[in-house]
Amino acid sequence: MSEIFSQYNYVVVIVLMMTGLYIVFASRNLIKKLAGLSVFQTSVFLLYITIAKVTGGQPPILVEDKPYGADKDGHALLDGPIQVAAGDGAFLLPGPGSDVLYSNPLPHVLILTAIVVGVATLSIGLALTVRIREVYHSIEEDEIQAMDFVYNLEGTAD
Amino acid sequence: MPVMFSVLEMTPDWMLTHGPAFLMALPLLMASIMAVLPNKRVAWATTFVVTALLTVTAFALALYNAEVGTTIYKMGGWAPPHGISLVIDALNAPILVLIALMSFITVIYALPATVAEIKPNKRAPFYAAFLLCIAGLLGMVITGDAFNVFVFLEVSSISTYVLVAMGAARDRRALSAAYNYLILGSIGATFFVIGIGFLYMETGTLNMADMARILADLDGGSRVAKVAFAFIIIGLGLKLAMFPLHTWLPGAYAYSPTPVTVFLASTATKAALYLLLRFTFFVFDPSYAYVADLLLYILVGMGVIGMVFASLQAIFQTDARRMLAFSSVAQVGYMLLGIGIATTASVAAGYLHLINHAVIKGGLFIAVGAMWYRFGITRTEDFKGLGKTMPWTMGAFTVLGLSLVGVPFTAGFVSKVNLTLAAANAGWYWAVGLIMLTSILALIYIGRVLLLAYFQSPPTVNGEVVVRNEAPLMMLIPMWACATASVVIGVNSDAVVGASIRAAELLLGAG
Repeated sequence: MSEIFSQYNYVVVIVLMMTGLYIVFASRNLIKKLAGLSVFQTSVFLLYITIAKVTGGQPPILVEDKPYGADKDGHALLDGPIQVAAGDGAFLLPGPGSDVLYSNPLPHVLILTAIVVGVATLSIGLALTVRIREVYHSIEEDEIQAMDFVYNLEGTAD
Repeated sequence: MPVMFSVLEMTPDWMLTHGPAFLMALPLLMASIMAVLPNKRVAWATTFVVTALLTVTAFALALYNAEVGTTIYKMGGWAPPHGISLVIDALNAPILVLIALMSFITVIYALPATVAEIKPNKRAPFYAAFLLCIAGLLGMVITGDAFNVFVFLEVSSISTYVLVAMGAARDRRALSAAYNYLILGSIGATFFVIGIGFLYMETGTLNMADMARILADLDGGSRVAKVAFAFIIIGLGLKLAMFPLHTWLPGAYAYSPTPVTVFLASTATKAALYLLLRFTFFVFDPSYAYVADLLLYILVGMGVIGMVFASLQAIFQTDARRMLAFSSVAQVGYMLLGIGIATTASVAAGYLHLINHAVIKGGLFIAVGAMWYRFGITRTEDFKGLGKTMPWTMGAFTVLGLSLVGVPFTAGFVSKVNLTLAAANAGWYWAVGLIMLTSILALIYIGRVLLLAYFQSPPTVNGEVVVRNEAPLMMLIPMWACATASVVIGVNSDAVVGASIRAAELLLGAG
């Protein structure tokens, strides 16, 4: 039980993911489906942000004459923190072995892209819904399918 | 071959060194310029030039690849695995050529077709979305970075939703088809990106070659890698219309503007199939137990169920394009079967069928589009007498239709023979039987249309018999290009078979 609480963000991700997916499949209203899709996509953003947190990570900053990364056996090439001169004095960059909770920038960048993609998908979906509303005068999938069914029958009747 | 080397010597150096970036950047850049171009004729001409350039570049890169082997282009000079790399190897070079060539053929066909189907003020945006779609497809095939694949997948998908919805000017059902495709396509892409996330958790890298190396070191990886694999396969399965996940496809193919159908049928599902190959054999490896199980039970299972059920559904369709769309789902089944048997010969056969089917289905959809253009035909029963009223169009339809069935001296025959031999050599005799059975089903749904076209007299409209009214030249050229290509591959298949065997050997090793 305590394991679940210590990793509660994964629980949140899974609950959001399944909620979103359920809304997409269960609701027959076009707008509600898009809302579900957004919830589903947002859960993935949270997943990526969660995996970006690394304890004792090393910032991807190259310091002159200092090695970076790990060798092929997985041992960090750098032992201990590095002193860096910044604007108003020197500070220490956390190195391997520190207990600093470090944010890996890469997943954040990735998810920035995915957020843009999500916005684009949602806007296209909403635009389509507007067009469907103009043409069919309904945004309920059942009614639209019924109209299409009638249309299909008329199309083949003559 | 001396001819090919002279082609290589003629291409400028920059095309070979920066060609990979050029392939993605040119259509992306031109799409944004196109969106503000006022005149529809300028838009068409620009698209024509762009796709011609892309085709030449893709051909040059493929020939160069055959000569020097795998080339890796470092975007911005950052070396992989940290930077994004563009990789051209024996697996994706033929797919790049296929996408560029089919987009070129589609653009030729699009000149008369868009005039009939797209409102004048929507034509420049139409071509802009079309170029975006090309950029997305080329990008997802060429990139060596797993997250980049997702980005380009979404670039191509989102522009495809727009393109499908543009069919609303002709048939309002295009809107609901586009909406359904949007929902399912987004779910598919999101599943894919969840899979990439888990794979990143497991390996700590996004470069696909690096992922493959680390997974091999981990001996297939932990449960995280298995979950990642499951998510990726479901996501790609939605995109490539694997049998139970194909429900978006018939609507999207049947109601979108005809040039879009031509382009989608011959490239979109093929690019997703390429990704399936890339992930199952290159990033993951069939030597991991969970990958082997998936190939055996899911891909083969869904492949053969799709082959039989989609062929049966195709027989009962009244709409010609829906019939061809269900046939596409069935043909995807053949490719999945080839991939699932997972011997070098069978993967090569699946890959070969991928290329052949793109040419065949592209041509068939052009022929059906031409029939709509002249007579407004969408239903199969209206094919009556088309052998007399549109002899050239129907001739191309016949050649390509027989190729789809798998008649000797056509492309479809070559790939089906290769697939059958590969299945028989692997001891899968029931699969051989099913290939025969579904070929007969294909003969029924194609033959039904051909009988109507050739053995029924043209209908009478307002008391007058419909007279001969051939499709315009700009439709006949691309249609017959596909038909000729299908016959040429059927008669002399060395080049295409060689390319597919090289691709399969890259994935599985020789033998």
